[in-house]
Amino acid sequence: MSGFTWTAIVFLALLGGAYVFRLVGQSVTSNAPKFRDMTFGVAFGYVLAAALLVWAVYYYFQPTVLDTGVPNAGVMFFRWAVQGFIIATIAAFLFRLLGRYVGTQGTRKLFRQMPLTAAFGILIIILYAVVAIFAGALAPYGQAEILGAANVMAGGDPALGGNPAYPLGTDQLGRDILSRLIYGAQNTVGIAFVTTLLAFFVGGSLGFLAATLQGWLDQLLSRSVDALMAIPSLIFALLLMTIASVWAVELGVPMTIFMILIIALIDSTRVYRLARAVGLNIVVMDYIEAAKLRGEGLGYLVFKEILPNAMAPLLAEFGLRFCFVFLTIASLSFLGVGIQPPLADWGTMVRDLAPFINFAAFAPTAAITPLLAAGAIALLTVAVNFVVDWMLQKSSGLKE
Amino acid sequence: MSSILRIVLQRLLLGLVTLFVVSIIIFVAVNALPGDFAQAILGQGATPESIAQIRKDLGLDQPMVLRYFDWFRGMLTLDLGTSFAQLNFANFGGAGTTTIVDQIAPRLSNTLFLAGVTAMIAVPLAVTLGILAALYRNTAFDKAANMFTLSSISSPEFFMAYVLILFLAVLNPILPSLSNIYDGMGFGERLQKSMLPALTLTLVVTAHMMRMTRAAIINLLASPYIEMARLKGLSPMRVIVKHALPNALAPIINVIALNLAYLITGVVVVEVVFVYPGIGQLFVDSVKTRDIPVVQACCLIFAAAYILLNLTADILSILSNPRLRQPK
Repeated sequence: MSGFTWTAIVFLALLGGAYVFRLVGQSVTSNAPKFRDMTFGVAFGYVLAAALLVWAVYYYFQPTVLDTGVPNAGVMFFRWAVQGFIIATIAAFLFRLLGRYVGTQGTRKLFRQMPLTAAFGILIIILYAVVAIFAGALAPYGQAEILGAANVMAGGDPALGGNPAYPLGTDQLGRDILSRLIYGAQNTVGIAFVTTLLAFFVGGSLGFLAATLQGWLDQLLSRSVDALMAIPSLIFALLLMTIASVWAVELGVPMTIFMILIIALIDSTRVYRLARAVGLNIVVMDYIEAAKLRGEGLGYLVFKEILPNAMAPLLAEFGLRFCFVFLTIASLSFLGVGIQPPLADWGTMVRDLAPFINFAAFAPTAAITPLLAAGAIALLTVAVNFVVDWMLQKSSGLKE
Repeated sequence: MSSILRIVLQRLLLGLVTLFVVSIIIFVAVNALPGDFAQAILGQGATPESIAQIRKDLGLDQPMVLRYFDWFRGMLTLDLGTSFAQLNFANFGGAGTTTIVDQIAPRLSNTLFLAGVTAMIAVPLAVTLGILAALYRNTAFDKAANMFTLSSISSPEFFMAYVLILFLAVLNPILPSLSNIYDGMGFGERLQKSMLPALTLTLVVTAHMMRMTRAAIINLLASPYIEMARLKGLSPMRVIVKHALPNALAPIINVIALNLAYLITGVVVVEVVFVYPGIGQLFVDSVKTRDIPVVQACCLIFAAAYILLNLTADILSILSNPRLRQPK
C-alpha cells in the first residue's frame, strides 16, 4: 500500500510542479507566447521529463555494492546501459564525421544529410559483416570446442568464479561463450542473408513475371500467394519444419537446408506481392512498350528494363525482409527447431543460457550472457531498421 | 443498407473460402510426410501387421480425398481425433484417452485470456500515445517515442521477455516469472500470474499500433477541414479528438485488428518463455514430438483466428468508411 501512496504523492507533486513551472515561466519571461499558450499537459510533460532526468542522474551515482557486500545489480545494469548509449552516440557521430571527409563525392554528400540514427545503423551493419566474415580469425576458440571448465562465470575475475582465459565465461557444456557469440554472427546472420536472397530471387522474379505476362499465370500465382499468406508465417514455418524434420532423417539432408528453403518460400510470398505491385506500375511505361516493339525477349524485359527501375523500393524491402527472416530464424532456434546444435547460434544460446538470469541479484555479470545473445539479435535488427527508415524517408521526400 | 449487407456477406464468404483452402494446404502439407502416421506412431521397430492394424484403425487405407473430407467433417463437429501421445498411452494399457479437443479447449481459453489482458492494456495505451505523438510531432517526446518504438518492434519477443524478467521478477520481485495457471484459480491471482507475458506482448504490440495511429492522424492533419478547425481557433487537443480522430477511426481499427492477429504468432514465443499453459506452448511441444494430429489442429486454429481477425478488420473498415461501401 505504501508503494501506492508514494506514487500518488509523487504524482501530485509533479502536478503542482507543472503549475508552478508554467506560472514562473510566464512571470519571468513577461508572458512570452511559449509560456502564455502552454497547456497544462505540456507543462506536466516538461516537469515529468525533468524529474526523470534528475532521478536517472541520482540513480547513476548510487554505489554499485551495497553495505551488506551484495552487488547492486540494478545500478550496474543502468550504468552499463547509459555508458553503452553514450559510446554508441559518440561512435556514430565520429563515423558520420569520417564519412563526410573520406570517400567519393557521392558518399560524402550522403553522409552530410544523414541523421545520427542512420549513421549508427550503418556502422553496426559494417561491424556485424566484419565479425561474420572473419569469425574464424577473431574467435579465440572453436564454436563446438568443449573446453576444460563448464559454467565459468563471465567477467574473468577468479574471485567470482571467472577465468581470464574466457572473458564471457563458458556455458553448461564448457564451450567458450565469446567464441560462440562471434561464430553466431557467421551462422545466424549468414543463414538469414542467404535465405533473404533466395526469397528475393524467387519472389522477385515471379512477381515481375506475373506483372509482365499477366493473364492466367498472374491469376494462378496471385491466388496461391493469397492462400499461403492466410496462414501466420511463424505457425506455417513451424508446421513445415515438423514435416521437414522427418524428411531430414529420411534423406540425410541437414535440417538447416530445409529451414532455409521453408523460410525462403514463406517470405517469397511477401516479396512477390511487392514485386508484382511495383512491376505493374512500371510495365505501363512507354519505355517498356518501346522495348517490346524492339522485339526484346522476356528475360531482357524483366532484368534490364523492370529490375533497375524497381531497385529503390526493393532495396528498402530487402532490409525489412532481412529483419523478418532473421527474427523468424532466431525465434525458431529459440524454440528448438531452427539451426541445429553443433553450430553456434544466438537463438539457441538465449534458450540455453536463460537460467543464468535468475542469478542476476548476486552475480550481475553472469546474468548478462543470455541477454548478450538476445541483444546481438536486437541490435542488428534495430540497426537495419534505422537505415531502412532513413532510406524510405529520403526516397519518399517526406519532411512532415 | 442492403449494399452494406451484401458486401459484408461477400467478405464472409471469401473468408470461408480462404479457410477451406488453408485447411487443404495444411492437410496436403502433413500428407507430404514420408511413410505415414502408422509408422510415426509405432516407431522404428513396428511389425507390418501392427502397422496394417493401425492404418485400418485410423482409416489410412482410404484414398486421400476421402480422408480429407473425413478430417474436415471432424473439424466441423469438433472431433479432432486423438493425439499420438494419447494413442501410445492407450496402446500400453492407459485408461481413458482424452481427445485433442479436451487437450486444446482449456489451453485455448488460457491463450484468449492472455490476449484479452494484453489488448486491454495495449489498445488504450497505444491510441493515447499515438495521439500525443501526432499532437507534439517533431518534438523531443516524439523523437524519443519513435526511437523507443522502432527498437521494441525490431527486437525479438524473447529479448523483451527476458529484459522484463530481469527487472520485474529477479531484481525487483514484483511479478512471478513463471505463469503456472491452473483451473479454479481466482481472477486476481490469475491476472497477476499472467501479467509478465501480457506486458511483454504489450510492449511489442503497442509500438506497432502507436506508430500507425500517429501516421494515420498526421496524414489527416493536412486536410482542409482540419485547417479550418484550426483557423476557427480551436485548441490542438480539440482539433485532434473532435475532428481528426473520427476520420482516423477506420485506419486505427484496422491497425488494432491486424495487431491482434499479430498477437497470435507472438504468443507462441512468449508462452514458451514464461511456460504459460496456452495453445502456443502445446503447439511447440507437439512440433518437437512430431505429434502430427495436434500440430494440424493447432495450426488450423491459429490460421482460423488470423483469418477471422483480418476479416473483422476488413469489414469494420468498410463499415466506418462510406467511400469503401461503393465498389468501383
